Amino acid sequence: MQKTTSPKIVKALAVVSACFALAGCTARVANPDDPLESYNRAMFTFNEKVDKAAIEPVAKAYDKVTPLPLRTGVGNFFGNVGDVWIGGNNLLQGKFSDGLSDLLRFAINSTVGILGFFDVASELDLAKHDEDFGQTLGWWGVGEGAYFVVPFFGPRTVRDAAVLPIDLYGDDVWGIRDVPTRNSLTALRLVHARANLLGIDKTLDEGTLDKYAYARDFYLQQRRYRVFDGNPPLEEIDFNGARRQQDDADVVAETGAQ
Amino acid sequence: MKKFLLSLCLMFAVLPALAADTFKGPDALVREVSDDVLTIVRKDKAIQSGDTRRVIDLVEEKVLPHFNFRRMTMLAVGKDWRQASPEQQGKLVEAFRTLLVRTYSNALTQYRDQTIGYKPAKFGEADTSVRVQTEVRQAGAQPVNIDYTLEKTPEGWKVFDVVVAGVSLVTNYRGTFAQEIRAGGVDGLIRSLEQKNRDLAAPAHS
Repeated sequence: MQKTTSPKIVKALAVVSACFALAGCTARVANPDDPLESYNRAMFTFNEKVDKAAIEPVAKAYDKVTPLPLRTGVGNFFGNVGDVWIGGNNLLQGKFSDGLSDLLRFAINSTVGILGFFDVASELDLAKHDEDFGQTLGWWGVGEGAYFVVPFFGPRTVRDAAVLPIDLYGDDVWGIRDVPTRNSLTALRLVHARANLLGIDKTLDEGTLDKYAYARDFYLQQRRYRVFDGNPPLEEIDFNGARRQQDDADVVAETGAQ
Repeated sequence: MKKFLLSLCLMFAVLPALAADTFKGPDALVREVSDDVLTIVRKDKAIQSGDTRRVIDLVEEKVLPHFNFRRMTMLAVGKDWRQASPEQQGKLVEAFRTLLVRTYSNALTQYRDQTIGYKPAKFGEADTSVRVQTEVRQAGAQPVNIDYTLEKTPEGWKVFDVVVAGVSLVTNYRGTFAQEIRAGGVDGLIRSLEQKNRDLAAPAHS
């Protein structure tokens, strides 16, 4: 047992445990989706601190200086890189026409769309899809597990956190051999993605009583919606979401008379 | 989450004052209000640069007449609504309304160059509750679905739920609200909402 823990790790641990202590002060009734709530709250706070200190300022600067056409091009470029992985996951889920369409998108945009900077395929009615390996597992019936806030990456479920390395490798520029190119592209991708979220953060701060809980509930619902391609079981499958409205109608019926 | 942002920007964009003919169909209503509000936002430099007062005025005038905040609050509070006295219910509606209006009006100042696509609404003459589906498109990103659920009232169709990318912005409050009510009762929730509104009103928000 030698003491070689680096000072950075010690600092991080100190931050994390301080957050734990804070989270522990408020007793909460356990949410069935969130058995790891006290850890998650601590990590959420930690991620926010990292973001405020390092990522958000850069994203704001990027947002200021990048003209819209360039920004669209950057978004298209990374979107195009991701299409191969999306297509692969569609194939793994047995959605062959979607999968082939994604690969066709990649072929068209990489060539006619000049390395993906222009999304020509969307103009040709080849719609962009949204898939990843976590969704593929979900499609095949793997349960999502508890809500889990991943350091630096943010909200996930245990299932999606477990396959995060696979998704990163597949849906990313990490396949590029040249290390400086790869690192710059990864940084640009991160900053670009964060810049797109600048407004949301403010909305969440202003519009919620408990940012952590609202973000969690939103994430989980949205994730289920995506895993089932917009048709999650039990909710919102029938005409205009009649089932959901039924519940709501009950509330109204019960309370409307008062 | 990017979807979320775009959606928020446009949440209130979708309903202007067409008070003249109250019984315009729900889909036509959503369409005309959206177009109306976005036309104004596109031209208004003050709103684009984040003038809170101005955008709230716009929303109050064009959008709010088409929302049923009482029903929205009921949905957000869920089953605990029954515990609330009529007076508490009134306070809840007022506080929740203030919170939503301020927050999402601010989001409208983030509007850039998104366009809205309208999907054909399927509904019959007898339906009293209809979901109108729209799609917010932005170059270089997947479109975001925003659905508005409207109910038929004597004063015309009123929106009582907004669903962004499969998530209801209203019922998503339920978890937090239930938590507040467990901790401090209905009055606790009212206090938290009112406190939040005071905090937001205090500094001059951009």
